Amino acid sequence: MAGAESSAIAGLRRRGALDAGTATVWLVLAGAAIFLLIGCLRSTTFAGYTVQGLALGSVYGSLALALVLVYRATHVINFAQGELAMLTTYIAYQLMQWGLSYWAAFAATLAIAFALGTLLQVTLIRPVQHRSVIAVVIVTVGLFILIDGIVNWIWGADFKVLQSPFGFASFDVGGVAIPHKDVWVIGVVLVSVLLVWGLFRFTKVGLGMRAAALRPAAAALVGVRVDSMLAIGWGLAAVLGAVAGLMAEPFQFSLSPTFMQPILVYAFAAAVLGGLESPAGALVGGLAIGVTLTLIVGYEQKYIGSELQTPFAFAVLLLILLVKPTGLFGRRDVRRV
Amino acid sequence: MTALLELEDVEARYGPVHVLHGISLAVEEGSVVAVLGPNGAGKTTTLRAVSGTVRRSGSIRFAGRSLQRVGPDGAARLGIAHVPEGRGTFSELTVLENLRLGAYTRRGSLQPQLERVFSYFPFLSERRRQQAGTLSGGEQQMLALARAFVLRPRLLLLDEPSLGLAPVLVAELFRIVRELNEKEGLTVLVVEQNAHLALQAADAGYVLEAGRVVLSGSSAELRADDSIRRSYLGY
Repeated sequence: MAGAESSAIAGLRRRGALDAGTATVWLVLAGAAIFLLIGCLRSTTFAGYTVQGLALGSVYGSLALALVLVYRATHVINFAQGELAMLTTYIAYQLMQWGLSYWAAFAATLAIAFALGTLLQVTLIRPVQHRSVIAVVIVTVGLFILIDGIVNWIWGADFKVLQSPFGFASFDVGGVAIPHKDVWVIGVVLVSVLLVWGLFRFTKVGLGMRAAALRPAAAALVGVRVDSMLAIGWGLAAVLGAVAGLMAEPFQFSLSPTFMQPILVYAFAAAVLGGLESPAGALVGGLAIGVTLTLIVGYEQKYIGSELQTPFAFAVLLLILLVKPTGLFGRRDVRRV
Repeated sequence: MTALLELEDVEARYGPVHVLHGISLAVEEGSVVAVLGPNGAGKTTTLRAVSGTVRRSGSIRFAGRSLQRVGPDGAARLGIAHVPEGRGTFSELTVLENLRLGAYTRRGSLQPQLERVFSYFPFLSERRRQQAGTLSGGEQQMLALARAFVLRPRLLLLDEPSLGLAPVLVAELFRIVRELNEKEGLTVLVVEQNAHLALQAADAGYVLEAGRVVLSGSSAELRADDSIRRSYLGY
């Protein structure tokens, strides 16, 4: 009996489905899920916080995914990713000012974000990308400042409000008030992420992009235009960022030139928690950070006010880098020679 | 008759290091040509000059057209499949995804071409969902060959296929290369340290030393050459 069991496990091991690290991660995640489920069943307050945390977390996850896409392709963190998302949210605001409906502006903004991301890669990143990682990082920091300046110049630093279609009504699920907004945000982010995932998984361009990110030289030899793939990658990252920006606005209740900056910090933490190279990890990391922060701030308002949320995210970041630098789903190379 | 691939006085350098000092060689359509020579002679660089992965000067003509301004992705589009040193396998992707990448520049359905590839490499069919990095070294080399072949290339550039493989696998590999050449008319330019095997599989060969062609001829001529026998064949 025991022998049969251990041979089954050995079989799983051989196929690479199970190893100690991965098993621990899954156990921890399953434990967290059970904890949340029990909490939600026992307390409506807890359930409310959890749903809000999931909605916020999906926003963080979406921006984290944008960071991961760029990181996988070029091994560089795009520090301007959050500001880019802020800029595209302003563009959506402007389109609505000009009379477009929310969803028309939403769609147009995503298209503009794609074009903008691609354009920025071609004009600003490509000329320096072969020099050094630090050169690219400096360009992204410069881009951060540039976008900040442009937005302040065009729209000013005062708060703007997007006419969000989600409203303030709530569903009532077993005594728990779940705002329509939260459900919409989770839904929109999930659909966007699934579309991007499908693009990578099932299309030729997606395969070319994965190959270009993994081994640029070998990808070029099979005919992949590596430079174009990197530009498209930036475009897609900008689209995910735009989704994050648009979905973050209802939580902030206003739009200001700095509104994405704390979210970028949470997205960093989420991406690192997920392992920086793992798209699924970024999403799970985002949800984990969102739920944890919401629960802590919700229950410990006396001790940890919302002012301490961002430092807390930094503490998480530091802790992961110290304890498990590869994150939850960090990639390990399986390679035989 | 003009050759499918013609190099004339090709020079190449990596930064300040001059590697090729004027290589001239020709590969006839439908032939297998071996490039031999010691380490550092410029064998790999010769292949890289053809596929445009290194800066080069001189004339390189493929099917009558100059490759001077063609980069690696352009070369693939023209039908040149380059299996680089270290095989260029995408070890994180599945076997099938590697094969799909091989045919990246082809349009239309991949299925007939895949069937054909699987008839030469049956084990790949069973393992199509497996991560390529988990294949053994020999299997990965077969996958690299298969990946190059799904492109239906006009020219296959094969770099040191024997590297790190057991002799029996190397023999099997060259047998398949020869078979692809005879049955499918595949033209091959192969770089190889193992001169004995390479000359068995090839119709003609070039011997490089320090970035220059020092000897060339048909395989039979090269095998009969005393200096080759002593330096590379070891008898």
